[in-house]
Amino acid sequence: MELAFLINIIEAGLRTGTPLLFATLGELITERAGVLNLGVEGMMLVGALAGFAVAYGTGNPWIGVLVAMLAGGVISLLHAFVSITLRGDQVVSGLALTFVGTGLTSVLGAPYVQVRDVPRLPVLPVPFLYDIPLIGPSILWPLFGEKQNVIFFIGLLLVPAVWFWIERTRPGLQLRAIGEKPAAADAVGVNVGALRYFYVFVGGLFAGLAGASLSLAITPLWINEMTAGQGWIAVGLVIFAGWNPWRALMGAYIFGALRRLPLDLQAIAWLPFASNPILGVWLNMIPYLFTILALVFSSREAIRKRLGAPAALGIPYVRGERGA
Amino acid sequence: MKNSPYALEMQGVPYALEMRGITKRFPGVLANDNVNFAVKRGEIHALLGENGAGKSTLMNMVNGLYRPDEGQILLDGKSIKFSSPRDAIDNGVGMVHQHFMLVPTQTVSENLILGQKTPRFYINYKKLEQDIADLSQKFGLAVEPNAKIWQLSVGEQQRVEILKMLYQGAKLLIMDEPTAVLTPQEVTDLFKTLREMTATGHTIIFISHKLDEVVEIADRVTVLRRGRVESTVDGKSTSKAELARLMVGREVLFRIQKKPANPTAAALVIDHVSCENDRGLPSLRDLSLTVRSGEVVGIAGVAGNGQTELAQVIAGLRQATSGAVIVQGQNVTNQPATATIDQGLAYIPADRNGVGSSPNLNLADNLILKSYRQPPIGQGWRIDLRLVRAQAEQLIEQFDVKTPNVDLPARLLSGGNLQKLILAREISRQPKVIIAVYPVRGLDVGAIESIHQMLIDERDRGAGILLISEDLDELLSLSDRIVVLFEGQIVGEVPPDDDLINEIGLMMAGTKVEQSHAT
Amino acid sequence: MQLKIEPRLETPRWLPIVSIILALILALMIGAIPLAYGGLDPIVAYTQMFRTGFFETYSFSDTIVKATPLILAGLGVTIAFRMRLWNIGAEGQLFLGAWAATGVALFWLPPTTPKVVMLAAMTLAGFAAGAVWGAIPGVLKAKLGVNEIISSLMLTYVAVEFNNYFVYGPWAAGGFGLTAPFPRTAWFPRLTDFGDIVPAFRGLTAHLGILYGIIAAVILFIIFKYSKWGYELKVIGDNPDAARYAGMNLARTIILTMIVSGGLAGLAGMSEVAGVVHRLQENFSPGYGFTAIIVAWLARLNPLAVIVVGYLFGGLLVGGDAIQPAGIPLLIQGIILFCVISADTFTRYRIRLVQPAATTALTEETVTSEG
Repeated sequence: MELAFLINIIEAGLRTGTPLLFATLGELITERAGVLNLGVEGMMLVGALAGFAVAYGTGNPWIGVLVAMLAGGVISLLHAFVSITLRGDQVVSGLALTFVGTGLTSVLGAPYVQVRDVPRLPVLPVPFLYDIPLIGPSILWPLFGEKQNVIFFIGLLLVPAVWFWIERTRPGLQLRAIGEKPAAADAVGVNVGALRYFYVFVGGLFAGLAGASLSLAITPLWINEMTAGQGWIAVGLVIFAGWNPWRALMGAYIFGALRRLPLDLQAIAWLPFASNPILGVWLNMIPYLFTILALVFSSREAIRKRLGAPAALGIPYVRGERGA
Repeated sequence: MKNSPYALEMQGVPYALEMRGITKRFPGVLANDNVNFAVKRGEIHALLGENGAGKSTLMNMVNGLYRPDEGQILLDGKSIKFSSPRDAIDNGVGMVHQHFMLVPTQTVSENLILGQKTPRFYINYKKLEQDIADLSQKFGLAVEPNAKIWQLSVGEQQRVEILKMLYQGAKLLIMDEPTAVLTPQEVTDLFKTLREMTATGHTIIFISHKLDEVVEIADRVTVLRRGRVESTVDGKSTSKAELARLMVGREVLFRIQKKPANPTAAALVIDHVSCENDRGLPSLRDLSLTVRSGEVVGIAGVAGNGQTELAQVIAGLRQATSGAVIVQGQNVTNQPATATIDQGLAYIPADRNGVGSSPNLNLADNLILKSYRQPPIGQGWRIDLRLVRAQAEQLIEQFDVKTPNVDLPARLLSGGNLQKLILAREISRQPKVIIAVYPVRGLDVGAIESIHQMLIDERDRGAGILLISEDLDELLSLSDRIVVLFEGQIVGEVPPDDDLINEIGLMMAGTKVEQSHAT
Repeated sequence: MQLKIEPRLETPRWLPIVSIILALILALMIGAIPLAYGGLDPIVAYTQMFRTGFFETYSFSDTIVKATPLILAGLGVTIAFRMRLWNIGAEGQLFLGAWAATGVALFWLPPTTPKVVMLAAMTLAGFAAGAVWGAIPGVLKAKLGVNEIISSLMLTYVAVEFNNYFVYGPWAAGGFGLTAPFPRTAWFPRLTDFGDIVPAFRGLTAHLGILYGIIAAVILFIIFKYSKWGYELKVIGDNPDAARYAGMNLARTIILTMIVSGGLAGLAGMSEVAGVVHRLQENFSPGYGFTAIIVAWLARLNPLAVIVVGYLFGGLLVGGDAIQPAGIPLLIQGIILFCVISADTFTRYRIRLVQPAATTALTEETVTSEG
């Protein structure tokens, strides 16, 4: 029983953590390039609605996912234009992007609120996991094999891919350079502005994917503001992850589990939440409070290990300006 | 002009670099005015001029960072128009900037290939590091390929910069003030490297405002003054005096005139102080030093040996892990910065824009940074704005800060004027102790002279001055005694005697010297 | 032709105002697109919006009612943003202020308490609760370096759940997410309460809260302009290292600023329940705390301008209520914010079209030298 309960929580964490993982990875990439985009929440909503509407219209969830990514990418260019070309304040621009995304989706999403029969992304069973002796039937199969959506596996593959891109390739080398010291990159001919545009766009693609994985797989519905702050949690997770994709994976799954925890705890008979549903409100605070806790933890760690954000994060690059 | 820049070309041999009629304007500034400049292949050509004479601007046009408003640039006889540093690199032009263009968190190898076309995608780090090791062997520039830049000394970082340019296939190498941050021994090594490079067919443009080294290294020298070419002379036959006259337009005083010091009681006592740097590593190690009223104590040393941390510990901006700091008899160790300010300590930080001033605030606001708390400026909860303004206008007049008005944001002041503003603020409080860190770095000769004079005047008024500098000329000229800082410890003390420059250099590199010269 | 962006050495006084007006016009033009998509004639919709918001009999009073929380919360955001402390959790602080005021009105003081005492206690409680909610991210930032953007926003979600607990749980009355109504002693005086004396005030619901807003704005203006604290805010906001160098206590100033910032937002919530809703309920705020961010930014963090911009946005909200679907006002707010940030660029930089041949690199050179 105990094991089954634990596995249940972990499985749910992996599932509900997947949109968070995409959003976190996207923001991580954007921030590594030196641009802070606080509009993740808005981009996720845009992706969620675009994916939902297109999947519903075409009957094909994959077309929905593609359009969702593009929609997230395109809307992110607003932020890119204001923060890179116009050198505007990145904090406020990101906020504006969240407002626009939230408002836009609530306007355009009105016709979809009642839709229930959207084509979903499929669950991808992995039967051979069951055949692994000892841990197969009791652990691996229920965790990864039985009901994980295909989107979960995409998330699993993306983490090493993003890590490889950042740490082992020439484009990744340039990505890190424009986030740490754009003047050095510029001096050897790296086009800082264009690359920053590109990585803001990539962040948008990921946020769009995060939105679509919500509306087409995890909770296959369209509801206004259905992200419920996950975009903001993703921004926090990037800090928690210390800008490292592997730690982003860990953080996203933990927070996925925390999002589910209220439901799981309410199901336990001997806890007061089962008999008194109003107490469940306190449980709903868990993911938000833990985000703050995670930041406290990671800032202490950052001070201890002298880790930090990319040095040029949030600073517009202007050629010839001192200290850039 | 002594040589016609076109003479060689008429013989059919194109110059490595030729600039014709170059003009470059910035908002409010004419940086280069109809400049003609030519460099022969395989020579070391010094570009000499004061700070602000337009040397860097001129070279940034060769490097593709700026584009000329007028004029023509020829490389090996071919007219070129670079629109970015990438173009310059592709055409064999590399520039080593004064502030190194290296990514601190990346390794030597990564920095070297950042601008390369290969490898196109996957980076095989093992192979890469082997290649870089071979390359550094080949050019005799020893560096550790997988060391992170921030772990390297300044001299090593410069080697990485040079290596980076060579790796990118630079034939023409522009060095912007390369010796400013090096010990005398490192300068010797650098000059050896540069000569070896010209022997292998490289051409070097050497930007400098230091006469000694120009005379030592340059084959030919072009002197810039106020954006115009003053003359091009032969490096072997010229003299320091001639160059100085060309550079400044008048005879220069090489040493500031000052009376002998008259030190009295101890104004600042640093008693067995240790501290950590920003990375949590030991910086100052059991350092003791006394500065008396009425003397200038110079601190020599290569940047990064604890200078910044020393100044910060004294000013109350960094925790001492042990020991005591005593200002005017008052123990201020690990007290808030206000404690030292109230004890009459003035601090001129190394970073004028980043620490010493608030760039978007106006000059009046910047002038009350230290005095807003107490009367007469601070009155209870409020600030006397009328007095702030009156005082600002008076200080700007008195300290000769050139500005249209006191409402100008500080960031729009030139370096020299900003430094005068900071000195005005600090000195107007009649400090008992002054900590001055690199007070004239990057300033032109006029500003240097007036700032040095202000410091000497303060000494004569009775302030104890701790002067931290990486410029030995400045230290020798201002100090009454010089101590050398190496790895957070004082390794020796010498009188300010020009003949001891080699000894100081050795100590800066960490050699303990018998304190026979101690005063 | 090519864009050339170069810094302005000085900004003409009229430029910021003109640029903001142009930004607003541009935002309304862009906003016409989703309106048209929603099947509305933008001109008709905007006309109706402005008429309802500004030009009808009750417009002035109704707009002031909506402007009141915007101004109070906007002032809270202003003081934090002044020192580049990104308190975006005003909404949560507002909820807490409303909650505490409700606790005083319904449970702590008897309904027979004299009005002055009751309202004073509610005001103090509202300010204090908002201040506590603001102080949490402040302390975390000052002592541990925790990013205040995330922590203040996360606390907003927590505050909403906290509020839900009380209105559905112990304080619930009569069912769905409501408390019992306040006793009349806990109501802010409204213009209509003086209808017997001044007949023109009959039916006007503008309440005492707007005076709170105006007084707070004037106090903040004086603090920013004349006080040591205001000077410290300015220096810390521009260059924290210079502030430390000048001996300022950053941690203390950060916490104090967040306390005042949260307290003002808490007052906004208190004034909303005491002046308008007269009870605590689930969704009593249509995102005042978020709109306050736009109000503050649009006012260029000038407290007196916050009153004007708050009134303007109050009108947009009143008029916006007439526009469906409900997301339109938020969308237009976002567009306005984008346009205003873009307009900022034009006040800081000069943007010219130039021939590519003469293009120079972007530089921020100083006035007199390359130094």
